[in-house]
Amino acid sequence: MSELKKEIVKRPDMSVEIAGIQLRNPVMPASGTFGYGEEYTPFIDMEKIGAIVTKGLSLKPKAGNPTPRIAETVSGMLNAIGLQNVGIDAFIQHKMPFLRTVNTPVIANFFGNTLEEYGEVAKRLNDIPEIAAGELNISCPNVKQGGIVFGTDPKAASEVVALVRKNLQKPLIVKLTPNVTDITVVARAVEEAGADAIACINTLTGMSVDVNTRKPRIANMTGGLSGPAIRPVAVRMVHQVVQTVSVPVIGIGGIMKAMDALEFLIVGAKAVQVGTANFVDPTAMISIIEGIEEFLVEEGIDDIHDLIGSLKF
Amino acid sequence: MKNYKTKIISNQEISPGYFRMKILAPGFGENAHAGQFVMFRVQRSLPPLLRRPFGIFRTGFLPADCDGLPPTEFVELVYKVVGSGTSIMAELHEGDKVELLGPLGNGFDCTSRKGEKILVGGGIGLVPLYMLAGELVANGCKVRLLMGGRTRDDILAVTEFERLGVETYISTDDGSLGEAGLVTQVLERKLQKYPETEVFTCGPMPMLAAVHDICVKYKTPLQVSLEESMACGVGACLGCVVKGAGHTEEKPSYLCSCKVGPVFKSQYLDWSALGKKDNDCGGCA
Repeated sequence: MSELKKEIVKRPDMSVEIAGIQLRNPVMPASGTFGYGEEYTPFIDMEKIGAIVTKGLSLKPKAGNPTPRIAETVSGMLNAIGLQNVGIDAFIQHKMPFLRTVNTPVIANFFGNTLEEYGEVAKRLNDIPEIAAGELNISCPNVKQGGIVFGTDPKAASEVVALVRKNLQKPLIVKLTPNVTDITVVARAVEEAGADAIACINTLTGMSVDVNTRKPRIANMTGGLSGPAIRPVAVRMVHQVVQTVSVPVIGIGGIMKAMDALEFLIVGAKAVQVGTANFVDPTAMISIIEGIEEFLVEEGIDDIHDLIGSLKF
Repeated sequence: MKNYKTKIISNQEISPGYFRMKILAPGFGENAHAGQFVMFRVQRSLPPLLRRPFGIFRTGFLPADCDGLPPTEFVELVYKVVGSGTSIMAELHEGDKVELLGPLGNGFDCTSRKGEKILVGGGIGLVPLYMLAGELVANGCKVRLLMGGRTRDDILAVTEFERLGVETYISTDDGSLGEAGLVTQVLERKLQKYPETEVFTCGPMPMLAAVHDICVKYKTPLQVSLEESMACGVGACLGCVVKGAGHTEEKPSYLCSCKVGPVFKSQYLDWSALGKKDNDCGGCA
């Protein structure tokens, strides 16, 4: 686009609202790919992205899985980090001071090993005024307790969401796993249990073998597959969930560039999360935001809401 | 640390399967220390998806040309072709666009000026030792470099090390260059002769584990540069962790090799776990 044209064209309104939180644009990192934010300050302006989503937090610090924890696969990567995190106390003490300085909503991703722990972490988040919302992880495929155990059974999902909803005095986003026969069943269950928004999808369980050693390429045997390889599956599932629930949906899965994010917005995601792309290019989210804006300008759309859910079928 | 969207100045094979690549990187050198690494993006298209970590061989300036333009700053990597990513790298030419994130991680601590220094490098593990040797020599230290490899092809940049004023000792498994045998045998002899020494090492894991054992035996301080596969290089993915000394199931200790490392003082690592690993990732930090 020429410089002259840029000047006359009005910048489109990119802001969206998710569960009562105002975002300057719909692009945020996926939990676990952005550390606690500060890791990426050398590369991007935190006040350009829609929100910051933290690494999954638990009541006590968690060491994570044995190594190797990651392996690259065709157009994707497997990971089995095992929810390694500093724990809620250290998060408040060491990570919040930075996050407080940033004028961008902070979403705390969290999980528990037991139902009770989920409830406890939710309560602790109430003590941190600068946390805009909680993102409940019931979808990690790489730990024995917590995570996916709650996310694959609609009854268990409903139970944990209801408890957290009761304990958390902030908007509640629930992050779903794709490792189910029908994601709409779980989506409906968590909506009914009180979720204010749904984020999907987490990684797909996968496995890869080193044929020379005949060992699994990650120590946990299986891991979560992410990256461009999973995008069509993610777009399909986000589409299904959007058609099923009335709460806002955040689309996640293999978004590397603006065109990928647009697919999710068109099927009806109100916002998107960028994961693996942050590893490949720490400035990826900025390029995605600029690319979406440019697309809106070229299409003559002045409010992003006119694009969201505009799928023709 | 910065993400450089830049281009290749040169990319040449220096020994069968080993390449050195010069990349334009203004301002890189002033922040770079020996033992740090970069995350290199081979190409903008897939595959490969992830960047690859590489140790920094050196930084420098190309001489100013006759146009009177200022000297061009570069960073130089040396890599071994071992997989799909490095095979693509080997095909790149002058002017090709690449991306480089760095300098990353904690490098060697060369603040101690006392005693003599022994550097032990195996194959591609010699790469980060070049900048280290330069810094140690500049500090006025006496530096001995023990170079090891399977064959003569794995012994890299001997002349350049010697030009720094480093005394070199070469050993190869097949005896095709230098002494036949393992570099660790040479290390043991040197430590008997020069007890007041600090050791620095980088190379394949079995070699690192053997160097660690010898240094424990002779009560010699050791710094070790590890190669781990990683996705982000900046401490976010937590994929490159290694077990710290004292790691137990009940009190686990995982250290990010990208952020705490890639260089560690060897006493801070859990060698019972590390020694069992095998790695040969072709120049990763």
